[in-house]
Amino acid sequence: MEPHSEKILVKGNEAIAMAAIDSGCLLYFGYPITPQNDIPEYLSKHLPPLGGEFIQAESEIASINLLLGASATGARAMTSSSSPGISLMQEGISYLAGSELPGLIVNISRSGPGLGGISPSQGDYFQATRGGGHGDYRTIVLAPSSIQEMYDLTCLAFDLADKYRNPAVILGDALIGQMKEPLVRRSGAKINLPPKEWALTGADGRKPNRLKSLYLEEGELSEQNWKLHQKYERMKKEEVRFESVCTEDAKLVLVAFGSMARVSKTSVELAREEGLKVGLFRPITLFPFPEKPLYDLSKRVTRFLTLELNTGQMLEDVKLSVARDAQVYFYGRPPGSLPSPEEVLEEIKKYYQ
Amino acid sequence: MELVFKRPECLIDIPFHFCPGCHHGIAHRLVAEAIDYFRIREKTIGVASVGCSVFMYDYFNIDVLEAPHGRASAVASGVKRARKDRIVFTYQGDGDLAAIGIAESIHTANRGEKITIIFANNGIYGMTGGQMAPTTLLGQKTSTSPYGRDFTYDGYPIRMAEMLATLEGSAFVARVAVNNPANLMKAKRAIRKAFQMQIEEIGFSFVEVLLACPTNWGMTALEANKRVGEEMIPYFPLGILKERKMADSL
Repeated sequence: MEPHSEKILVKGNEAIAMAAIDSGCLLYFGYPITPQNDIPEYLSKHLPPLGGEFIQAESEIASINLLLGASATGARAMTSSSSPGISLMQEGISYLAGSELPGLIVNISRSGPGLGGISPSQGDYFQATRGGGHGDYRTIVLAPSSIQEMYDLTCLAFDLADKYRNPAVILGDALIGQMKEPLVRRSGAKINLPPKEWALTGADGRKPNRLKSLYLEEGELSEQNWKLHQKYERMKKEEVRFESVCTEDAKLVLVAFGSMARVSKTSVELAREEGLKVGLFRPITLFPFPEKPLYDLSKRVTRFLTLELNTGQMLEDVKLSVARDAQVYFYGRPPGSLPSPEEVLEEIKKYYQ
Repeated sequence: MELVFKRPECLIDIPFHFCPGCHHGIAHRLVAEAIDYFRIREKTIGVASVGCSVFMYDYFNIDVLEAPHGRASAVASGVKRARKDRIVFTYQGDGDLAAIGIAESIHTANRGEKITIIFANNGIYGMTGGQMAPTTLLGQKTSTSPYGRDFTYDGYPIRMAEMLATLEGSAFVARVAVNNPANLMKAKRAIRKAFQMQIEEIGFSFVEVLLACPTNWGMTALEANKRVGEEMIPYFPLGILKERKMADSL
């Protein structure tokens, strides 16, 4: 494939599938669920001609375990699903983290709890950022808010998963999954995988490799947990990503991610047109959360308005990050409808003074 | 003098942790002998399941991956799809394969994944202390069927080999036992055949091995061995249930 840079108009879900191929991920395992079906549909068409493998598994449980097996060989592999399916995958994600295996899990989330609905929601923030399954672990969580970012962050997620030998999650929703925007692919770029001396390829000319998460000897598991912890601490130091919009002179800063950040960005423009000094802080990595940049910002700005498509989850991370005398307000919009930029502007005015 | 019996190359020289009279060690050895026979140690990847079988990586001198409970066949399929030039097998107990992982077992067979499954059926949960398994026989007392398995409450013991043999996707399905030398030799041939089916890319292969679990059956090693012949084999008949001669072609 030749590198090309022309703009194409694609759905966010398709951008993820394209990014997977462009990142050298030729192994996909998944189970159908709305609103992410464009991903398996695209890959079921495009992976086989590339010599890749596509399996429509019998369940999300099988999908994540197919991913576990494929990843153990050192190959890049992924799955995608939506909230209830991601819940089913949590055991496998815990095993990926415990066995220190990379892998990409895309959650184009629906709303819950239970069967919930298919409208945009950010109700899976806790599940994504607190590990999600059993045990003391974290996943790398990236939250795109545009179609270009769906592509770019998927590419990044593969790199980070390999770098840290840890599962990575793309957390999106129906809004950016289904919406179309211009995208520039970077296909044909050279893919440099890190050496994976731990991979299971057959013990040919070397000692056998073992990938496991069972540690029964005295002190072993404790040591493994601390080792994982150090990895997460390194992520916090090296991998934090965020976007700041008009925060330099802001008196009130909105904090929002993903699709809610899109709405918020327009609201910042509306506020600025009215002369209100409002900015936006958008975490791109939800784990590691941009604690320090937000803290630094809170030394200049004392008012923050967190906006989420749920009843308050990232809010906790914002409160934990900002300086003690900062005021953190919240606007929650549980799933069902999206706020308009004008509605958000009304909220801004409540807290601006 | 010629050495006629030795430890298989792909078994590590340490004692098994299995209880006295347990048949897992025999089944492990047969798998190891098959791997040695085909000289595939360096290209074989094993998938350990949850149960007494989990410590496979302590015994086999090969690459091993540990799967979550019930998911070994999905994990093995992922390995195989990523590395089609490798030989991939799982070793799973009855709780793992026939209870929590039955969906994965059926769909792996149905997709005709070119892997080999060794199914260790001792009719009980060994690792967790003797609870009822999907293959526990009617009337059999376990720690969770203290009055004996009653089909009105617990259903019937599942015959996995027969079930998987009905699927178009399976290529080789056999049930064997290791309770006497004659059966052991048949078991050895069946396990070897199962690996051969994979090496020759014919398709999915499955060998159910009936094993004794003296500790959790509350028996001596000899009594348990005897029970395999007297109670298990009549319900779980031995033999090759299916043997396809060539790969499916579209």
